[in-house]
Amino acid sequence: LGPKLQSITEFMSWLESLRLSLFIRESWWAFPTVEAFHIIALTLVVGTIAVVDLRLLGLASTNRPVTELCAEVLPWTWGAFVLAAFCGSLMFISHTTAYYGNHALQIKMALLLLAGVNMLTFQIVTYRGVKQWDRDAAGPPPAKIAAAISLSCWIGVVFFGRWIGFTILPE
Amino acid sequence: MQQVAEWVAATSASLWVQEYFWLVPLLQTIHILAVAMVLSSVAMISLRILRVARSTTITQTAQRFVPWIWTGLSLQLMTGVVLIVGEPKRTIAGNPAFYVKMLLLALAVAGALVFQSSVRRDSAFWENATKRSKLKSVLVFAYFALWCNIVFAGRWISYLHGG
Repeated sequence: LGPKLQSITEFMSWLESLRLSLFIRESWWAFPTVEAFHIIALTLVVGTIAVVDLRLLGLASTNRPVTELCAEVLPWTWGAFVLAAFCGSLMFISHTTAYYGNHALQIKMALLLLAGVNMLTFQIVTYRGVKQWDRDAAGPPPAKIAAAISLSCWIGVVFFGRWIGFTILPE
Repeated sequence: MQQVAEWVAATSASLWVQEYFWLVPLLQTIHILAVAMVLSSVAMISLRILRVARSTTITQTAQRFVPWIWTGLSLQLMTGVVLIVGEPKRTIAGNPAFYVKMLLLALAVAGALVFQSSVRRDSAFWENATKRSKLKSVLVFAYFALWCNIVFAGRWISYLHGG
């Protein structure tokens, strides 16, 4: 980085010019491989989050304490999320100028942000009182609302993520 | 298979899928969400067998998650069939990735069936942590790797198709 990078557009083309980006772009196997790891990771993120969300909604695992289920599942969700984000970034830098400004990607990022804010609000406000409803078959209304928002956001993230591939055609 | 692909491509069902541009990404989204059901369920059962998670019995974990494997597989089958009908030349017309994926998928289905009946018949074998624990770990990792390879083969379908 340096004074050359005066605008975001220049930063984007700088990212794209990296040797790593060039390699992912030009190699015949790198992009599909990164994509496959991205899918494996994201399906684990969405699936494990759904396990917790369905518990909060009272639709599955209702006989298990919420805290126990969260402690068992969520570390893996985070691990998978880090892998998905890493692979996503590799895909991004390989075609930065095409992805930057792509509406499907922007909507996907907005939904990710919404999912994050929703999760943070749930953790800070609702989950604080979890001891009172830990063993209830379903969470209280705020927990149910957070779970419904979370599920909707993640389904949206998958849809718009897949949509990116249809709006940017590989050369 | 080339002729079959051409015949399918000309059917009205295929033309219908081709006509709606949003249908393919929508079906692929449902297909990926179905993979999420299967892969996460497999992961939850695997973690329990590996004793990383221990707060429920293996029988309970299997009862909780094996049905989701079948739900996910059914959804994959339904969306997959429509996707093949919509773009037959991409898959059944000699795409090696597609055939590898189907072969691995058959193994995965067989594996799920064997595990399901094995837990039902001999739950003591699975619950007992000291019994053949190495074999169980190997099977768990092999089965998870099998599913990862199905995802790989699936993604490669779009890179290896000719039409």
